[in-house]
Amino acid sequence: MTSGAHPQVTVATGGAGGPEKELLRFLTCGSVDDGKSTLIGRLLYDTRLIPEDQLDALARDSRKHGTTGEELDLALLVDGLQAEREQGITIDVAYRFFSTPRRAFIVADTPGHEQYTRNMATGASNSQAAVILIDARKGVLTQTRRHSYICSLLGIKHVVLAVNKIDLVDYSGERFHHIVGDYLGFARALEFSSITPIALSARYGDNVIHRSERMRWYEGPTLIEHLEALDVTEGLDEKPFRFPVQWVNRPNLDFRGFSGTVVSGVVRAGDRVVVAESGRESTVARIVTADGDLTEARPGDAVTLTLTDEVDVARGDVLAHAHDRPEVVDQFAAQVLWMIEEPMLPGRSYLMRIGSRFVPARITSLKHKTDVNTLEHMAAKTLALNEIGFCNLGTASPVAFDPYGENRGTGAFVLIDRFTHQTAAAGMISFGLRRATNIHRQALLIDKSARTRLHGHRPAILWFTGLSGSGKSTIANILERELHALGAHTYMLDGDNVRHGLNRDLGFTDADRVENIRRVGEVARLFVDAGAIVLCSFISPFRAERRMVRELVEDGEFIEIFVDTPLEECKRRDPKGLYARALAGKIKHFTGIDSPYEVPEGAEIVLETGLAPEQAARRVLDALRERRVIG
Amino acid sequence: MSTSTVLRARLSPHLRRLEAESIGILREVAAEFHNPVMLYSIGKDSGVMLHLALKAFYPSKPPFPLLHIDTGWKFRDMIRHRDQIVKHYGVRLLVHTNPEGLARGINPLSSGSRLHTQVMKTEALKQALDKWGFDAAFGGARRDEEKSRAKERIFSFRGTGHVWDPRNQRPELWSLYNTKISQGETIRVFPLSNWTELDIWQYTRAEDIPVVPLYFAAPRPVLERDGQLIMRDDERMPLQPGEIERIRMVRFRSLGCYPLSAAIDSTAATLDDIIAEMLVMRTSERSGRLIDTDEAASMEKKKRDGYF
Repeated sequence: MTSGAHPQVTVATGGAGGPEKELLRFLTCGSVDDGKSTLIGRLLYDTRLIPEDQLDALARDSRKHGTTGEELDLALLVDGLQAEREQGITIDVAYRFFSTPRRAFIVADTPGHEQYTRNMATGASNSQAAVILIDARKGVLTQTRRHSYICSLLGIKHVVLAVNKIDLVDYSGERFHHIVGDYLGFARALEFSSITPIALSARYGDNVIHRSERMRWYEGPTLIEHLEALDVTEGLDEKPFRFPVQWVNRPNLDFRGFSGTVVSGVVRAGDRVVVAESGRESTVARIVTADGDLTEARPGDAVTLTLTDEVDVARGDVLAHAHDRPEVVDQFAAQVLWMIEEPMLPGRSYLMRIGSRFVPARITSLKHKTDVNTLEHMAAKTLALNEIGFCNLGTASPVAFDPYGENRGTGAFVLIDRFTHQTAAAGMISFGLRRATNIHRQALLIDKSARTRLHGHRPAILWFTGLSGSGKSTIANILERELHALGAHTYMLDGDNVRHGLNRDLGFTDADRVENIRRVGEVARLFVDAGAIVLCSFISPFRAERRMVRELVEDGEFIEIFVDTPLEECKRRDPKGLYARALAGKIKHFTGIDSPYEVPEGAEIVLETGLAPEQAARRVLDALRERRVIG
Repeated sequence: MSTSTVLRARLSPHLRRLEAESIGILREVAAEFHNPVMLYSIGKDSGVMLHLALKAFYPSKPPFPLLHIDTGWKFRDMIRHRDQIVKHYGVRLLVHTNPEGLARGINPLSSGSRLHTQVMKTEALKQALDKWGFDAAFGGARRDEEKSRAKERIFSFRGTGHVWDPRNQRPELWSLYNTKISQGETIRVFPLSNWTELDIWQYTRAEDIPVVPLYFAAPRPVLERDGQLIMRDDERMPLQPGEIERIRMVRFRSLGCYPLSAAIDSTAATLDDIIAEMLVMRTSERSGRLIDTDEAASMEKKKRDGYF
């Protein structure tokens, strides 16, 4: 990270090696036709970063595949990934390195159209500036708006408007000013700190590294002059101190340190700090590094802090100054960019990574999605790949954060699919929802264990899952009768019955199925809290939802019972005539027909086909005795 | 002058930033994985990576061992350097050689570089990872090294059998690495992704990191084969008719198996010389690595097979 307190100085580091360089990370946005590859190729070529062996290959390739006749086709320098594209491999972000005497650069190059939003966001997340390319012949296009919006969403503050192919409009100043006017008109809403229009020709090198002789009217900087001088300090030094604990450093009993990287602010030995999540306070004793103790640590410094007190601190906790703490909530609103094929379903549980903390999280509601081309808001129930929505999220335990607009490091998160472990979404927190902190749970005099003592058995959720017609409800009914006879307090939640009342407003889309199970899970939890044994009979086709319910209650209280009757047998039985109608196309989203059923992997009880319902119920009863749910 | 000022003066802001980023990555793996390992290839990048690991966990020792995949054809100087380093830093080193490859007599001369690399490096590495059950392995690869590395993730996901599927990699946003894997899957981690060759040398100089003497120019006996300068490190490599060894002032930019690593003419005998040479050098770093060119789209294919 560059830092505002240290002006850029070029001082030789002794011996050869040139001046001291600061790094600038930027991304380039534009479609293939805008000349993005040519521009990057030009930057690498004109900064003399192309080794001779690669240059020979380039000359060969230019004659063979190039589009520039006898000249070098610079685009081929970065289109080495072309072959891979032909093989259908998804390329997301390629990183290129070049440097000038004044600065080192990393360019995030994001080719590809289909995954463009996701790729651009990935590149932008680590960039300090963006170069948005415009074809001078075409002017500001829909995709220019899209690129600008995504840059703005990801918090990029500095934009270069590269009006390329100016040679093809006869180096016309009039055309350039017209495009710039257009762009500034719409970009005003996007809150960039700087927008720098540059007229250039990547193909001929005008105003890239070398000032053009053919545009006397242009008085602005060349691209490289601008990138070298651009001040991208984010004022991180002045922001509140934030330190996500990454690793607890404990070499022996005498040393207990907390390793991590300072996200923002400055911390000094003797500072009063707080563990944001727990509110426990202490004082910084030492700032330890392998090069000796520091008197202070600044943004970007990877250090190890020790505290004067034995405070409970773990990986994932955020240390902050006691007088300037982050918000700590379990519900907040955020912009979410969806990044996997499988659509986002409100209510489903994902693993959230924020800072160094992993915590189960759910999108509780989708307020609207944003059309990335028009920036219009639209009502929606789910988000598909590459869509951006404004959502409310809930986490299983409170997390510390700052709004993304104030602090990229503590306001960003990703969501991870809990089964495939793919990175499903990227999120930027807008604000905390006060519900969690303002509504304090009522402490009650009679609790679950008190109720359990009165009942004489332990509470449990008996979750029957399986295909329609597998016999879930039949078995559950018999089991409830047996339990009742033993004096147990029971309650039955049945899929069909719940859909007539509590969940009357839900249909059978994937999103509605998730919500259906979420509500049932919450109701079942209340019964468990009341000390009852609650029998739930739901197809519940997705592992994620079953797991979500499992996590609502304590270990051992959720007992998954898989009624493993094969599809063919269920179709044969078809007690309600549903399969016949589904196969005739009259019912959509029918599990087993045109909607999947995910077989349980860790069910506590599996009831294989061939068991009579009474036998099956007996089997469950025996298992409940073994687990000491009943005596 | 306070300690912090001394530290700041020694490293440029650019190197300090790279160092901190790498340290963050190293700590992340130590915190998230059960059984990580650091691939140690003895070269300059491995040297920097090990140095960073010692800094990252201080005052603790790095909570993982080093692993060297020994093909049996490394320069003798490299092995000597490796053993000195291990003793010097007091770190744990594991060495693995593919026993089947050894029994079959696979070597870079008669087996050809492709088969040798496949059996003695790629297969051997997979064997070692399975043998010790490592779930994460650090490698010193950098994005500026080679075209196909430019899009490599910092956390590179490998499926069952260590396969790299470019279609199944995870987008990396901010520094929020997705470290979650299932049974049988592993992660390769590249803490030096954002370093360039010049950064490596400048950091090596600033931090005074020991490197194999072969990087420095010295009069060495070399022969010319297929336009490359090869140093015959032992008698196993026979001279071909007409080949003569001549003493030339050479050094190595990149070190691997000796018959597959070409030297360059150079007089750069110190770190300062190397850095000065690099600033005017107009050939790419891996141009002396014979294994990169043994077939089209070479690195890509090796990676899919499980090479680093």
